[in-house]
Amino acid sequence: MTNEVVPWVDDMVAVRDARDEAAFIRVFGHFGPRVKAFLMRTGMDAALAEECAQEVLVTVWNKAHLYDATRASPSTWIFTIARNKKIDVLRKQRRPEPEDLPWGPEAEPDQAEVIGLQQESEQLGRALRDLPEKQRELIEKAYFGELSHSEIADQTGLPLGTIKSRIRLALERLRHSMK
Amino acid sequence: MTVKHHLTDDLLMAYSAGDLPEAVNLIVATHISLCDECRAALGSYDAVGGAVLDTCASVEMAQNSLKSVLDMIHAQDSQVQDKPVSAMVQDDVLPAPLVDYVGGGLENVRWRSAGMGVKQAILPTSKHATARLLYIPAGTAIPDHGHHGLELTLVLKGAFQDEGGYFGRGDIEVASEDLNHTPVADISEDCICLAVTDAPLKFKGLVPRIAQPFLGI
Ligand SMILES: [Zn+2]
Ligand SMILES: [Zn+2]
Repeated sequence: MTNEVVPWVDDMVAVRDARDEAAFIRVFGHFGPRVKAFLMRTGMDAALAEECAQEVLVTVWNKAHLYDATRASPSTWIFTIARNKKIDVLRKQRRPEPEDLPWGPEAEPDQAEVIGLQQESEQLGRALRDLPEKQRELIEKAYFGELSHSEIADQTGLPLGTIKSRIRLALERLRHSMK
Repeated sequence: MTVKHHLTDDLLMAYSAGDLPEAVNLIVATHISLCDECRAALGSYDAVGGAVLDTCASVEMAQNSLKSVLDMIHAQDSQVQDKPVSAMVQDDVLPAPLVDYVGGGLENVRWRSAGMGVKQAILPTSKHATARLLYIPAGTAIPDHGHHGLELTLVLKGAFQDEGGYFGRGDIEVASEDLNHTPVADISEDCICLAVTDAPLKFKGLVPRIAQPFLGI
């Protein structure tokens, strides 16, 4: 499947299913500099951010088998890996993760589901860019670790509802396929 | 089983952003293990994180960066990752994140008496907040108290009731400065909770104040 609307999904899937190095190099080219910028914003100096960004991309390769295009866009998935790296390195603490949903017997991923989720992710990105300056800054600061949770107050204006129901749908199908 | 009391949006967002102390992360992860609604909500907050990553500036990688990464993946590809304890232990009461912190199932919890039949076990997390498992005999009340900071209580077994409502397995109570409450374990069954505090509680009355050093809270 090639799809103009959903960048990086094909490459991530190629890394996952075919251990495709060329696709990985493209993912590296796009996300490496972003992960490095993100880590610098969270308080790392350039050298540490470089080292950690490299490790994040190595993790992307090593854990590619866990990538599920019906549950997360590549940016979302790579964000979670970068965030965990940040917690590990800056806070020096473990990150308890929710129990994994048990994997169903080869639930055939629904392409419409994949495209729907990816399109909503794109939409979310546009909505974020279109937010009033102040509000966008607040959200960015929260994700860069510049706000405490009690300061995270007003997050209205983001269309989280649709993406939430899409993920919920995927969860329900996953649970259903296990019965 | 239907969860009725959920995480707040600011907690979900802060968990997604990675801004919470370890003990709070633990209770958030444990609730999500039992609650599809909050799992889906977390998915959408992670998507916001993805959008932030996508829209934030980029900083050029070092010249030899790609080569070192490719070297690393070639060197590591054959390595087998260690599996966490939770991959091996299934417990009816403790979801996987707690199995990891207890180092096994419910029978591995090292309970200590906290008086009045209540038992507790403090879990090893960073010092910024405290996570403890509480064992409250059926019908027993935790003394009336208020909070200096945040208190999160997640039911794992049985149920309790207080001014905030009725809390069964999977339900989480988010109590802040303004809540004074007296949680009472349901009469039908002993109650096991995970409780997280980011500041000491303040008890009313003399006897509970004496009990406070025992509870360590
Ligand atoms: Zn919930
Ligand atoms: Zn309380």
